[in-house]
Amino acid sequence: MQTTWFTLAALMLAVYVVLDGFDFGAGALHLWVARTDSERRQVLAAIGPFWDGNEVWLVAGGGVLFLAFPRVLASGLSGFYLGVIMLLWVLILRGIAIEFRSHLEDRMWRMFWDTTFAGASLLAPVLFGAVFGNLVRGVPLQADGWFALSLFESWSPRGALGLLDWYTIAAGLLALAATAHHGALFLAWKTDGPVRDRSQRAAERLFVAVVLLWLVLTALTAGLRPDFFPTLAARPLAWMATAVFVVALAASAAARHRARDLAAFVSSGVFLMGLLGATAATVFPVMIRSASDPSMSLTALNASSGPAPLAYGLVWWPVGLVLAIVYVAVLFRLHRGRVGPADGGEYGGG
Amino acid sequence: MSDSLFWHRLQFGFTITFHYIFPQLTMGLALLIVVLKGMGLRTGNSAWHDAARFWTRLFGLSFAMGVVTGVPMEFQFGTNWGAFTARTGGVIGQTLAMEGIFAFFLESSFVAILLWGEKRVGPRLHFAAAVALLAGSWLSGYFIIVTNSFMQHPVGHALAADGTMQIARLAEFVFNPWAVVQFFHNQAAATVTGAFVVAAVGAWWTLRGEHAEVAQISLRTGVVAGLVASMLVAFPTGHAQGRMVAEHQPVTLAAMEGRFDSGPRAAMALVGQPNVAERKLDNPIELPAILSWIAYGDFSANVRGLNSFDERDWPTNIELLYFGFHIMVGLGTLFIGLMALASFLLWRGQLAHQRWLLWALTLAFPFPFIANTAGWMAAELGRQPWLVYGLMRTAEGGSPTVHSGATVFTLLGFAGLYFVLGVTFLALVAVEIGHGPRLSHVVSASGASTTHHA
Ligand code: HDD
Ligand code: HEM
Ligand code: HEM
Repeated sequence: MQTTWFTLAALMLAVYVVLDGFDFGAGALHLWVARTDSERRQVLAAIGPFWDGNEVWLVAGGGVLFLAFPRVLASGLSGFYLGVIMLLWVLILRGIAIEFRSHLEDRMWRMFWDTTFAGASLLAPVLFGAVFGNLVRGVPLQADGWFALSLFESWSPRGALGLLDWYTIAAGLLALAATAHHGALFLAWKTDGPVRDRSQRAAERLFVAVVLLWLVLTALTAGLRPDFFPTLAARPLAWMATAVFVVALAASAAARHRARDLAAFVSSGVFLMGLLGATAATVFPVMIRSASDPSMSLTALNASSGPAPLAYGLVWWPVGLVLAIVYVAVLFRLHRGRVGPADGGEYGGG
Repeated sequence: MSDSLFWHRLQFGFTITFHYIFPQLTMGLALLIVVLKGMGLRTGNSAWHDAARFWTRLFGLSFAMGVVTGVPMEFQFGTNWGAFTARTGGVIGQTLAMEGIFAFFLESSFVAILLWGEKRVGPRLHFAAAVALLAGSWLSGYFIIVTNSFMQHPVGHALAADGTMQIARLAEFVFNPWAVVQFFHNQAAATVTGAFVVAAVGAWWTLRGEHAEVAQISLRTGVVAGLVASMLVAFPTGHAQGRMVAEHQPVTLAAMEGRFDSGPRAAMALVGQPNVAERKLDNPIELPAILSWIAYGDFSANVRGLNSFDERDWPTNIELLYFGFHIMVGLGTLFIGLMALASFLLWRGQLAHQRWLLWALTLAFPFPFIANTAGWMAAELGRQPWLVYGLMRTAEGGSPTVHSGATVFTLLGFAGLYFVLGVTFLALVAVEIGHGPRLSHVVSASGASTTHHA
């Protein structure tokens, strides 16, 4: 049962990254791919119906952890305290910028919220990526299951540990590049006109960045955690997921070349899911890794709720998941088609 | 530890108080928007739709604030109340996960249709989206209230050998009698907020002679809903809440009323200041025997005072608890009076001419927010010193590794951020009210709920 919930938690997280990833990415590129007010409204109209629902995957994923692995949630969130709260601030600013910008038609007002939106969208994936980097690298977990990390200490993943060091920053940059790439492909699929052309070009460049950063991170991980890749190779699920994401990344580039926009976007989503899936399958059952003594790690087996909550949850939770998938499908269907340069009316023009 | 606990409490209390400003408005407006749209469909009069569209736009603003301030709440269970989360996750994880998967997905999907889909989906489906949003937002209210009720009156759980709480009987937990009572009281109170805001804007436009039809619809709907909801808040729901507290948290009841001595025919204080050091209520003006009746339905019932409880189990902030409770009940009584008068004049067809009453309705809109906040203060302070009543003390709940320096820093950050957001929100609401509703013939040409600048 713990394995099932571990899988579900990983799935929620992966879906979250794929979905919120595209609106993070679109936001990060906002100032560059959209230059005029009507273009910016076009970008916002493309992600507008989706971003709130996308963020709910994070909240619902948190709910899964609360239900199944409360000790992991408690230890992780309090251990990464400052990083998590800053992430929350960034998410607040992002969400409110989208809403506020449209309410006044004033150049300075809109410039302020557009910049806020783009800045927050740039920062959020970096912070998320850094937290993941920490989970792979390991944290100074104590025997009682708690830890505390300051934002930075020695900047080295081998010295005194902080939330940020060159390893976790590299992970953050990879997350930024991957979501920006994903967001560019989303905009290329969802928009028309100059925004689409610029997004296409951005995706082309970002693809190179993703590949390079991924290679860098792979090398760093191999150096830092010699056990990581042997474990990956020994677990069929992990290497199959690896194969899938490598193929998907290549496929997204190929589809982009042939202007098959939807295929390119979906492939990039598969890439993100495969990357996270491969990582999850490799680290399983560890959820928070102790850097000093791996046997003290919090795992799906030693940090879960009792059998009753897990069993109850399995009864009703899948029903909710199916409903959620139906809503997302309805939402995408209702908002199918491209958003043209004049279609951003809802975001405060027209 | 105790020091860092103080900051955790202050941060959580501050951020939840700020968060709850918005859901109470959205939950109230969600109901009224369904009413307005339903009337529009029934009567075929487009003015109802114009009113619904205006309120939907304000709903959107408030909803966005609710979302961005709600996400931090969920996380603060882990960041600030780690020990609490680790120990109770086996129980309250159920409802917190349900809220995400059943309520928030529903809300976030249908809010997009409500806000931007009017042209796309047609009036009937658009009405259905409003109903779905009402269901979603009230459902999320229910789940969070079940969570809170477990803290007030834990049921349906078992204690595991390692000291954690685990769910044992899901239905008993989800249908906690405390939660059912609290939900109805809370939703009635949220409807009061929505109704007062709608009535206030209607009254303001009427005073200025603007947007005649939409103003009148808002005023009428707000006043009638305001009367019904204000009465429901006091009776039966408020009364039922009071009996719940009397039965399960008698020490809280004593503190809420500033009652130190036990005895029959207990009086209810209208005015007075609890003097905890000397264990008495200063300057009391009291209604004899009423407290006995409210708490136990019997004028001669014995009501225990604080002196009969171990001081270690007293709520930690009796003064604020007492005033929180009295502000709520006092305002609730005034609300019924105000709305009854307005409804009476509305019925006689004179409301639009009584400028002083229109002014009173306009200026009344902040008070339901105050009453709601005061009520939650009473509930949350009344629960002290327990985090989970009778099972876990608040002092045991904080995150053990987060030091006060970090919490003070983040509290200041939240305060600054929320201050800016709050002021901006108010300014934008004022701008929207100044613009007034967008009328149907204009809107159909340019898209639903579009800011219509020339
Ligand atoms: C418009 C807001 C409003 C108004 C006018 C009232 N209430 Fe209330 N009350 C609330 C809004 C509220 C609330 C904010 O919604 C609370 C906090 C917790 C809850 O479920 O509801 C609450 C809590 C609350 C509690 C505390 C329960 C606890 O300790 O957990 C009691 C005993 C009452 N109410 C009773 C009343 C009575 C007898 C009222 C008579 C007029 C009244 N309330 C008016
Ligand atoms: C319904 C869901 C709610 C839940 C689950 C909840 C939970 C909590 C928790 C975990 C704490 C910290 C522990 C403690 O100090 O006892 C707390 C404290 C507090 N809450 Fe709530 N709360 C809820 C609603 C509210 C609302 C709506 C308000 C106010 C409008 C509120 C006001 C406060 C305050 C002021 C504190 C600090 C009290 C103190 O001094 O300890 N709560 N609540
Ligand atoms: C500790 C307590 C609370 C937590 C953890 C919490 C959590 C959240 C979260 C995560 C959201 C954002 C949902 C989204 O992204 O769509 C949200 C919004 C919302 N919350 Fe809260 N909340 C708390 C207290 C309350 C209370 C007391 C109520 C009402 C009874 C409430 C009602 C709502 C509603 C209706 C929304 C939808 C957005 C809105 O209408 O503004 N919440 N909350």
